[in-house]
Amino acid sequence: MKELIKELVEVYGPSGEEAAVRALIEEKIKESVDRTFTDSLGNLFALREGAPPLLMFSAHMDEIGVIVTHIDDKGFLRIAPVGGVAPHLLVGQRLRFKNGVLGTVHHEKIKELKELDWSKLYVDIGAADGDAAKKRLRIGDMACLHQPFVDLGGRYMAKAMDDRIGCAILVEVARRLPPSLPQGVCFVFSAQEEVGLRGATTAAYRLDPGYGFAVDVTMVGDTPEAPLMAVSLGRGPAIKVKDRSLLCHPRVRELMVETAEKHGIPYQLEVLERGGTDAGAIHLSREGVPSGAVSIPCRYVHTPSEMVDAGDVEHAVELIEKLILLSWPSPDEGWT
Amino acid sequence: MLLEKLSNLPGVSGSEKAVREAIVEQLREHGLEWQTDTMGNLLVRKKGRRSGSRRIMLAAHIDEVGLMVTSIEKSGHLKFRPVGGIDSRVLVSKRVHVGEEQIPGVIGSKAIHLQKPEERQKPFELDQLYIDIGAKNKEEAEKYVQVGAYASFDAVCTPFGDGCLRGKAFDDRAGCAALLELLLEKDTPPFDAAFTVQEEVGLRGARVAAYTLQPQYALAVEATAAADTPDTKKERSSTVLSGGPAISFMDRTLIVHREIFESLVNAAEKAGVPFQFRRFAGGGTDAGAIALSREGVKAGVVAVPCRYIHSPCSVLKESDLRHTVSLLRAWLEATA
Repeated sequence: MKELIKELVEVYGPSGEEAAVRALIEEKIKESVDRTFTDSLGNLFALREGAPPLLMFSAHMDEIGVIVTHIDDKGFLRIAPVGGVAPHLLVGQRLRFKNGVLGTVHHEKIKELKELDWSKLYVDIGAADGDAAKKRLRIGDMACLHQPFVDLGGRYMAKAMDDRIGCAILVEVARRLPPSLPQGVCFVFSAQEEVGLRGATTAAYRLDPGYGFAVDVTMVGDTPEAPLMAVSLGRGPAIKVKDRSLLCHPRVRELMVETAEKHGIPYQLEVLERGGTDAGAIHLSREGVPSGAVSIPCRYVHTPSEMVDAGDVEHAVELIEKLILLSWPSPDEGWT
Repeated sequence: MLLEKLSNLPGVSGSEKAVREAIVEQLREHGLEWQTDTMGNLLVRKKGRRSGSRRIMLAAHIDEVGLMVTSIEKSGHLKFRPVGGIDSRVLVSKRVHVGEEQIPGVIGSKAIHLQKPEERQKPFELDQLYIDIGAKNKEEAEKYVQVGAYASFDAVCTPFGDGCLRGKAFDDRAGCAALLELLLEKDTPPFDAAFTVQEEVGLRGARVAAYTLQPQYALAVEATAAADTPDTKKERSSTVLSGGPAISFMDRTLIVHREIFESLVNAAEKAGVPFQFRRFAGGGTDAGAIALSREGVKAGVVAVPCRYIHSPCSVLKESDLRHTVSLLRAWLEATA
């Protein structure tokens, strides 16, 4: 699975520019499902047909990035964020554009760090002047961080672990599933999560699922002087209780906890005070969808070096596999 | 001129009747059919000589930013709150119209003679401002105005300078004028026009209009902030007057679908219409709501550059509006 993760995290794919990620995932998953299709926002659906209720598992393909807003006469680019990017984390970093152009981010003269905002940042792609730069790039082109995957010995570090790790997990789950399932399941590799759960919104409308699940990274509280959060790296996948986008359906959460305990899969409970996930969009689709989320503990989310634990990843695969093999009740029944 | 007429009408979010009726009057004169919905959106199906194979929606919002009366003071002065995004610093000493009867009023504040030296140092805040309708006390004011009444800027659209117009509500009566012109022309390819309500308070009308129309392709036709004033650095200038229609790549609500972005650029280049990129990734338009309708819609934005928007004295260039209509027509020819 390490190879799969490495391949996925290194692909270029800021929000709205998920084509390369989509192509890679489609190639990896198509043998494991009945059919794949995409929609106008660029979501990739990988469907195992089956009886209702349909289970929807969503992991987002997009990553944070930047977009070019201006190219000056000397060939320097000005940028705006795509998703939640902190400007100070970009200084000194390398960027990669879709066409392979590389560049580095630096800032204008400032007196104090707090003056550093987006208007002070620029990208240098080594162009001699504006015309040379405009031959390589255009206003509106996006870039992602340029960082290789690293195995630190049981812990993996890379850009875009948020949420290619979720994508890798779903691809792996699809491969492990038996020929016969209690109900249908659709793996959705969603677009534009980082800019507001947009892909999951239209994907959930299209699928009209019985149950919805996000598979995404979550923050941890196990680093020095970290904000209080009872999730640590290496203690198993987290079963989400709430974040800012949803309160997980209590019965769904209970079934997730029961499944983990029955199969001896380590898990943690997650209460995330900031941030949201695809399940936030899914649970409000149409007439409402009971939803939950399997979260992968991840350090340094939205930085060039997001870190996850290989054991957590493996246990997340096992938990999701068992959830799919569970016979889910009709979502309209038995919720009293 | 269509824009002059539309600009002068009051139409604060939630109170768009006068604008809607003025547009309907034009439609009726030209024998076009329309429908309205429960929110007040006006939907028009433009039939063409050839039957378009794609469902295309062009949206312009008929509402404008304004004020709402929140209480009537004993003195007969009206306290108010903004409806939509208004910089309270532009309100001082402006003339307004209040309520359906269009009662004349002014936004008063303490005259410079009466201000203490320290009061002169900072702009008035919302709580220090009130609308004066010339009533002697609360009882008399209540004969004309009720709490909840809307107030809009009293400004008459006037041509001036080198082909410029000054007035209120160009955001987005400019878009409305462009759409109306396309509707009234015989040769325009088929499309659905949506004159939407409540854009300024959160893209609300467009959301239900898109649900009704179920387009495959959509453009918001907008007025966008021009930043070509003397104090703006070139690399921070979002759009400029006389630069032609601005094509967006991204804003806070939308990542423009690449196919739409490319097709707009191609249409402009092929038709020889001057255009510029909107070099700014903030703000939002109806296209953000439309893109997420049902199973998703490929959406983009074309905007007329406009200085000092959300004020009673916005400035736009007629040639930019004319070129916006030309670009839309060229795009429809290529897309419908």
